[in-house]
Amino acid sequence: MSAAPGRPKQARSPTGDRPKAEKGASMTTALLEVRRLRVEIPTRRGTLLALDDISFDIAAGEILGVVGESGAGKSLTGSAIIGLLDPPGRIAGGEILLQGERIDHLPYEQMRRIRGRRIGAIFQDPLTSLNPLYTVGRQLIETIQAHLGFSHAQARQRAIELLEQTGIPAAAQRIDQYPHQFSGGMRQRVVIALALAAEPQLIVADEPTTALDVSIQAQIISLLKSICRQRGAAVMLVTHDMGVIAETCDRVAVMYAGRVVEIGPVAEVIHHPAHPYTRGLMGAIPAMDEDRERLSQIEGSMPRLNAVPAGCAYNPRCEHAFARCREQRPELAPVAGTQAACWLHEERA
Amino acid sequence: MSLVEVKDLSKTFEVSAPWLNRIIENKPRQFVHAVDGVSFAIERGKTLALVGESGCGKSTVARLLVGLYEPTQGTVSFDGQDAAQAFAGQGELPLRRRMQMIFQDPYASLNPRWKVADIVAEPLREHGLLNEAGAVRERVGELLTSVGLTPTDADKFPHQFSGGQRQRISIARALATAPEFLVCDEPTSALDVSVQAQVLNLMKDLQRQQGLSYLFISHNLAVVRHVADQVGVMYLGRLVEWAEKAQIFATPRHPYTRMLLDAIPDIHMTGRARTPVQGEVPNPLSPPGGCSFHPRCPHANERCKQERPAMQDFQGIRIACHAVIEGRL
Amino acid sequence: MAAFQSFFEGDVWWSFRRSPLAIAAALILLICLFCAAFAEWVAPHNPFDLASLELMDARLPPQWLDGGSTKYLLGTDDQGRDLFSALMYGARISLIVAAASVLLSLLIGVSLGLLAGFAGGRVDGLIMRVCDVMLSFPSILVALLIDGIGKVLYPNAPGGLAFIVLILAIAMSGWVQYARTVRGSTMVERNKEYVQAARVIGVRPWRIMFRHVLPNVMGPVLVLATIHVAAAVTIEATLSFLGVGVPPTTPSLGTLIRVGNDFIFSGEWWIVIWPSIALVTITLSVNVLGDWLRDALNPRLR
Repeated sequence: MSAAPGRPKQARSPTGDRPKAEKGASMTTALLEVRRLRVEIPTRRGTLLALDDISFDIAAGEILGVVGESGAGKSLTGSAIIGLLDPPGRIAGGEILLQGERIDHLPYEQMRRIRGRRIGAIFQDPLTSLNPLYTVGRQLIETIQAHLGFSHAQARQRAIELLEQTGIPAAAQRIDQYPHQFSGGMRQRVVIALALAAEPQLIVADEPTTALDVSIQAQIISLLKSICRQRGAAVMLVTHDMGVIAETCDRVAVMYAGRVVEIGPVAEVIHHPAHPYTRGLMGAIPAMDEDRERLSQIEGSMPRLNAVPAGCAYNPRCEHAFARCREQRPELAPVAGTQAACWLHEERA
Repeated sequence: MSLVEVKDLSKTFEVSAPWLNRIIENKPRQFVHAVDGVSFAIERGKTLALVGESGCGKSTVARLLVGLYEPTQGTVSFDGQDAAQAFAGQGELPLRRRMQMIFQDPYASLNPRWKVADIVAEPLREHGLLNEAGAVRERVGELLTSVGLTPTDADKFPHQFSGGQRQRISIARALATAPEFLVCDEPTSALDVSVQAQVLNLMKDLQRQQGLSYLFISHNLAVVRHVADQVGVMYLGRLVEWAEKAQIFATPRHPYTRMLLDAIPDIHMTGRARTPVQGEVPNPLSPPGGCSFHPRCPHANERCKQERPAMQDFQGIRIACHAVIEGRL
Repeated sequence: MAAFQSFFEGDVWWSFRRSPLAIAAALILLICLFCAAFAEWVAPHNPFDLASLELMDARLPPQWLDGGSTKYLLGTDDQGRDLFSALMYGARISLIVAAASVLLSLLIGVSLGLLAGFAGGRVDGLIMRVCDVMLSFPSILVALLIDGIGKVLYPNAPGGLAFIVLILAIAMSGWVQYARTVRGSTMVERNKEYVQAARVIGVRPWRIMFRHVLPNVMGPVLVLATIHVAAAVTIEATLSFLGVGVPPTTPSLGTLIRVGNDFIFSGEWWIVIWPSIALVTITLSVNVLGDWLRDALNPRLR
C-alpha cells in the first residue's frame, strides 16, 4: 500500500478534496501515519480486538477529527498513538509513524522523550489533568525544562508567554496559582498551554471540550484552532460531538466498532455522507436550523467488542445490507468526495 | 388552569465554613442562592424546557418541583394544590403518584443490586397499586414493552444493559404509576447521539399517547429545540427569558440567550457570523450586583449594574433585561 | 443453585483460581476449620475431658524426640493434655469466639454507620463522636474493661457467661471501623440518583436505607470482617493470655500459649510453640484471604 487511505492517490482523486496546505507545508509526507493498526485486549474471556486495521494520516498544520460513539475505539486510538495504552491492551499489529519514524513499539524511555516533546496530549477532564499539589507555573516550567533544556528564568518567561497565548488574563500573576484557583475553562487553557509547552509537532486531544459549558466550549475550540494553525502542529481531535468537529476540523474520520468507516474532508462527510452509518448519525443529531417531528434513529446499538458481526460490522443495523455485507469486510475506497468502507458503492462503481 | 405553577421560587443553600472555623477565622456565613425568584407555568400535555449552563440552578428547580428539596421561599402548585404542604403531610403519596422524575446518569439511577423487575415494580408496590405477584409481573412486562424493551428483560440486572436501555428502564419505572407530569433532568446528556435520538423519539411518542407534561432540563439547545413547546433560559439562579420555542429560536432577545445560541457549534456550517463570547460564569457565592449578567453583557449600562431587572411581559414573551425593555436592544 | 452457578462463573472465582496464595490460604483455613469443627472425631484425645487426663503423662515432648510417646504426637502440657488435640479444640474456641464477636461488631457497626451516613446532621455528629471516644481507647483496654465490669457484676457466673462477656468485649473494641466505613459509603450512595429516585417514588427513609443502600455498601464491610476475624482471634488470644479470657478448663489457643509460656525456661518449648504456630497460621491465612478478597472485589482492579 503506497498511499494511506484518507488521502487518495493523485490520479484518481477529485481536485480540491483537501483544503489548501498551509504556507507550503509538504503534502507528500504526513506528520503522523497510522497504518493498519490493530489493538488487542486480552481478557479472561478471550482476546478482544479493540482496533481492527485502522489507517489514516495527518499532515502538519491539519486538524483531523476522529468521531464515533462510545465503544467505537476513538479514545483507544489516541492512547495507542501516545503510547499510553492501559495494560493488558497492546498494539498487536500495524505501524504508527511520526515523521517517518516508527513509534509504536519503542522502549519506555524513548517513548517518554517523544511524549511531550513531539506529541502533546490534552485530555477530557482538566481537573485531573493537572496536579493539584503544584502551581500551574511549576508544572509548565518543569515540562519546558525537561524537554527544551532552558534555564529556570527562560522557562518561566516561556511559561508566561504560553499562558498569555492561551488567553489567560494576568498571566504573570496567575502563573503562581494552583489549579483549583482556576475555573474549568481556564484550567483547560492551562492544559492546552502545557500540551504546547515543549513545541510538539502532533497534538492528540481527547474530548477536550466535553466537560465544559457550551459558551466556554466555543472559546476553547477557537483557541485550539488558532494556536495550532499558528504553530503548524498536526492535531488529532477525538470527540463524539459532531458540532465540535464541524467547527474545528479539516478532515474527519468516522469510527464504528473499532474500524474507520468513513474518512474525508469535513464538509463532504457532513453534507454528503457516503457510509450509511454516517448518514444515520447525521440524521440523528438534532439540528438548530430545522424542525423535525422525529429524529431519524438507527435501530439497535453498536456491537460489543466480543460480538462484532462478520463482514461489515454495521450490517445488522443497515437498511441497505445485502449478502456480501454479511460475509466480507469492506475496505476504505474513494466515493465521490470521501472514502467509505461500504459495499454499496463498490457495487455501483 | 396550568398543571404546574411556580411562583417566586427560591432555594438558598448554606455553604458556610464549620462553626468553629467561622469563630476563629472570623468568616461570615455564606449562602448560595441556587434558585432566586423563579416563576413559570406548565400546561397540560406540554413540555417546558429549562436551559442554562452549569450552576444556573435548573437542576435545583427540577428537584424543588418533585419535593427532593424544600423551597426557601415561593410556592409550587400542582393542579391547584400547594405541593410543599402535600409533600410534608398526608398528601405525599397521592401527589408522588402523579409526578415522577427521570435522571441524567443512566448508570447511577438504577440500583445495581436490584433486578429490573423489582426496580420497575417498586412504585407499584410502594403505592399499593398492585399486590398480587402475577399482576405485578404483567404490568412490569407491559411497561417494559411500552419503552421498547421486552418482558424477559425483567429478570436481568442493570449492568447487563447499555446506557440507552437503562434510561428506558428509568422511563418505565417513572411511568409505573401512570403519572401526569414528568421531570426530566438532562435525560439524554450522557447518551450517544444515536441512542439519544431513540430516547427522545420515545419520550415524544409517550407524551402523545398518554398526554404527559414534561419539565425538560438540558444544556443542549439543539435537543431542546426538538422536544420543547416553551423554553425558559436560566442564568445564575434566575430566569432571564421565557418564550414559546419558535420565538426563542427565531428571535432571541436576552443577551445571554443570544450568546448561548451563538455558542452552539454550527454543524451544518451555514457560515453564520458568530460573536465571540466574553468571560465565564461568575462565582455563585458572590454574584454580581444588579443584573447578574452585566459583566459579560455588551449592552450593560449603569442601571444594569445597580438594579436587578424583574421578569416582565414583552411582546408575547417574558424577559428580565433592562436593555430590551428600554428598547436599547 | 443459580446463585452458586453465577458465582463460579463470576470474576471473583476466576481471580481466586489465578492466585496461588489465595488458594493455599483457603486450603489451610479449610483444614483448620474442619479440624476445629469436627474435633471430636479428628482429634486423638479429648483434652477437655478431665477424667481422661493422666498426670503421669504431663510435659511429654513431641513424638520424635527422646521421651516422647506415640500416643501424644506433639507432646503434652503440664496437665497431661495432648497438645495436638488441644490445638484443635482450642482453635475451635478461638474461632467461635472470633466469629461471634465479629458478627456482633458488624451488626452494631453497620447499623450505626448506616444511620449516621443517612441521617446526617446531629445524629451523624453524635455517632461519630462516640466513635472517636471509642477509638481513643486501645482495643485490649476496652476488652479488659468490659470483662472486668462483667466479672464484678456477676462474680459467680457460670463459664458460659465468661464467653458472652468475652464476645461482647471484643465486639465493642471493633465496631467503630465498620461504622466509619459504612458511613462513608452511605454518604456516597445517598447522593446517587437511584436513592433520589426512590425518594421521588415515595419510599420511606428506613426502607431506602435497608433495601437500597445497605446492599451497596456491604462490599468493603465483608473485606473488613474477614480481616477482623484474624484480629479477633489475636485479641481473644491476648485476653486469654492475660487470664481474663476463656475459663482455663476450656483453653483456647491463647490460654495454651499462656500456660506454655511458664515452661519455656524449663526447656519444654513445645507447650508454647505449637499453639503459637497454630495461631499464626490461622491469622495469616485469614489475612491473606482478606487481602485477596479486597483486591478481587475492587472493580477498578478487575
